Order: sequence, then structure tokens, then C-alpha cells
Amino acid sequence: MSEEAKTKLPKIALKGVKKRFGPKVVLDGIDLSVGRGESLVIIGGSGSGKSVTIKCVLGIVRPDSGSITVDGEEVSGLRGSKRDAYLRKFGMLFQGGALFDSLPVWENVAFGLIQGRGVARKQARDIAIEKLAKVGLGSEVANLSPAELSGGMQKRVGLARAIAADPEIIFFDEPTTGLDPIMADIINDLIASTVHNLGVTAISITHDMASARKISNRIAMLYHGKIIWDGATKDIDNSGNPYVEQFIHGRAQGPIKMEVRR
Amino acid sequence: MNIFATVGRVFLAFLALTGRVAVFTADAVSHTVRPPIFWMTILKQMLRIGYFSLPVVGLTAFFTGAVLCLQIYIGGNRYGAEAFVPQIVVLGITRELGPVIAGLMVAGRVAAAIAAEIGTMRVTEQIDALTTLSTNPVKYLVTPRLIAAVISMPILVAVADSIGVFGGYIVATNTLNFNGSVYLRNTANFITQDDVVSGLVKSAVFGFIIALMGCYNGFNSKGGAQGVGAATTNAVVSASILILGANYILTSVFFAK
Repeated sequence: MSEEAKTKLPKIALKGVKKRFGPKVVLDGIDLSVGRGESLVIIGGSGSGKSVTIKCVLGIVRPDSGSITVDGEEVSGLRGSKRDAYLRKFGMLFQGGALFDSLPVWENVAFGLIQGRGVARKQARDIAIEKLAKVGLGSEVANLSPAELSGGMQKRVGLARAIAADPEIIFFDEPTTGLDPIMADIINDLIASTVHNLGVTAISITHDMASARKISNRIAMLYHGKIIWDGATKDIDNSGNPYVEQFIHGRAQGPIKMEVRR
Repeated sequence: MNIFATVGRVFLAFLALTGRVAVFTADAVSHTVRPPIFWMTILKQMLRIGYFSLPVVGLTAFFTGAVLCLQIYIGGNRYGAEAFVPQIVVLGITRELGPVIAGLMVAGRVAAAIAAEIGTMRVTEQIDALTTLSTNPVKYLVTPRLIAAVISMPILVAVADSIGVFGGYIVATNTLNFNGSVYLRNTANFITQDDVVSGLVKSAVFGFIIALMGCYNGFNSKGGAQGVGAATTNAVVSASILILGANYILTSVFFAK
């Protein structure tokens, strides 16, 4: 496929993606496409399948059926070197940071460069320090262990690791969970500026509506394994969808019934 | 409750588990011949598995050799065969007790540590992070530990064998009035290459089992701290049982020669 043809296709497209774990249906036919340079946030309650959706795109979880394409190429079932090449398109910021305890901060950031792309350690360290600076961390943290960092600093290191290899697509999994409101806003600013400056395609999953509004230009809501609303971020307050209304205002009353046993 | 249904369910679950372990093992072993090989990780793991297990294995081997010497002396004394103590101690240590005791001690120390480390990496998404960084988690985490354990265990057991024989020598010369040089001469004259090699082959197999059970259980741990705890327990229990089972099979094979 020519580069020109590729640019006309959505960067990521999911069609009819289904996944169940035992009797529990997690994804029940997801249809979603994300354009180049777009920043999409997927919102939805806990257990609605947000994380499973991005894990399916990454190939960490194999969908039971459906199609996932990136740049127009089917990616389900990729193996070996093709899969490695595919994964080099991605960076990911995990909910808990998922930093490697056994490695210093700089090696965490440079891990994908050293192991995944064979960059020399000296050069990878310089790149890691440059990326740490982009997320507001000085070179003095480079030799620290992840355990010596605060939660906010760990998220920043996770963000530096996600952008270290200049990916085309970045996933953010609950980027502000567990942070105080000020640090959450700093992380939101960092994500928004990173996505804008690098021109990458981004998918984020979050419960935090302030974060969703700040880092996205499009929002999709997942409920019971299906996308029930998908639209521009500016339209979220006028969605006309009672599920979305209930979720964004955080109301206990509404069509979404939580399974609470009394 | 239908007892046949219960037995059938347990049997099918066992078959499924065996299949999963076999696939996991084949995947991990296949990476030993597919570059890149993480040599630095292998060296680090050899230090952890072999070198840092030396104190606990050495002490265990010393006391095992000492106790074996006392027991053989007591048993042999009933038939006037106490002069055979050095021969039986060295045979027992090199063929059986050295590899098995070291295997069980390392299973307790290393299989637990590997399962806890990899299990924690699983529940904190560090293994998923490896995947997103274009690094195969089995190649990076499992294969180096398997190689390190298979290399380290025979070295560890060779040292443990020597310490075990030394434990017997100390008891024999200090408590049982054996002549030191005669004891050592009898030991050296009796032992054969096959005695030592069979023990070292066993220890390499035990090393493989220990690393495999630690990695498999850690890799498949679920949930939080409780899941990691269960993985750790399963790793130690399964490694210990498999070591004892493999020991019987290997001994039968060596005896059949």
C-alpha cells in the first residue's frame, strides 16, 4: 500500500471486536476508528473493557473475533519479527507506571531503545535524559531507582519511556489515577503538549472527566462491551445520551446500574 | 455429587495444565538458540541462583554428610562393617543426597524468589510493558533463568558434594576415631566418575525444573498480593515434587546402564 493511500486510512480501526473471559463477555463487537493525529479518550465504568480494548490492539490479549487494522494492515495474529516491527509503532503509559524495579530510571526510559532497537547504551542514556527533560525531570533522577520516586514522578518517567522511541501511537491507561489534583493537571498538560508536539495518534482511557476534556479532541463511551456514544469532546455535554449524561456527572441515579449488594 | 464427574474434571484440568506447561517450556527453550541472548542477565541470574545459594546449600550439605556418617557408623557397627563409612558417605552424597538436598534447598530459595519477582511483574503490568517495548517477555525473563539454573546447579552441587564429604570426614576423624588419611584414601579410591557425573546430570535437570516452575507460576499469577503468594507457594511445592519424581526416574535410568 502506498504512503499516500495509507494517510487516507484511519490510523487504528476496530471492527466487530469480541472478547470474553470464561462466561463474562468483555467486548461485544467494538467498532471504533481513530484518525491520524487524533487524540481519543475512551470513558466507561470499571470493568467495561477499556483496558482490554487497548490490550487487543497491542496483541497482549487476543480477540475472539473481529478485525483490528493499523495503517490499513490487519494486525491480529502477527508473530515474530513482524510483531516486533508492529509494536515499535507504539508507546504506552501504564496506570501504575509499570516501571522495572530492577533498573535505574534512565534504563527504564531507554529500555525500548536498547533492547527493542539495539541502540548503544551510551547513546540511549543521552536520549533518556533528553526525554526526561521533556517531562520536566532533571538528569539527577536518572540514576535513581523507581522506588525512590513519588507517584507523580513515576508517571512522568512512564511518559518519558512511552515517548522515548518516538512512537507513532501512544496509549495512556488511567494517566491521572492516584494523583493529587495538581499533579493530575500537570500530567494532563504534559500529555496534551506531548501529543500535540509529536503529532502522534493517542488513545487514552480514564474515569477522570477533567482529564478527558483536557487531553482529547474526541471521546467514546464504552458500556457493556459496546461503544454507546462517540463524538467530539466539545459535544460531550450535549450528547443527549442518558448513559453519557449519568457518567460525566457522576450520578448514582440513571440507566447505568452498578452491581452493589446490600 | 457424581464422583466420576469430579475425577474426570480433575483429570482434564491436569491434562490442560500439563499442556500449558509443555507449551511454555517449548517456547522458553526455543529462545535459547534464537538471538538475542541476554548474556548479562544470565550472569546475574547465575550469581543469584548459584553463588548466593552457596551458604545455605553448603551448610545443609555439611550437616547431611555429618549425620550420614554417624548413621552409617551406627548401622555398620551392628555387622562389624563400620570401616565402610567413607565409601558409603561419598556414594550417598554424590549420587543422591548432594543433588537432592541442594535441589530442594534451591527450590525453596530460588523458585520462590523467581515466582515472587515475575509474579509481581505480572500483577504490576511490567510484563505487558516489556511487550510494548518490543521485548519478548519469555526471552527476556524466562530463558536466561533457565540457562543460568542449568549451568549453576551442577557447579553448586559439585561444591556441595565436597562439603558433604568433608562433613563426614570431620565427624569420622573427631568423633569416631577414624584415621584422616585412611578415610580420605578410601573415599578417593572408591568413588567413580559415574557416581559424580550422574549426580551432576541430576542437578542440571533439577536446576531446569526449579527455574521452570518459578517462571511458569510467576508468569501465570493473577490478582494482587494473594495471587503472587499463591504463585510462590505453587512454585516451591511443584518444583520440590518434580525434583523428587525426576530423581527416581533419573536414578532408574542410571541404574539400568
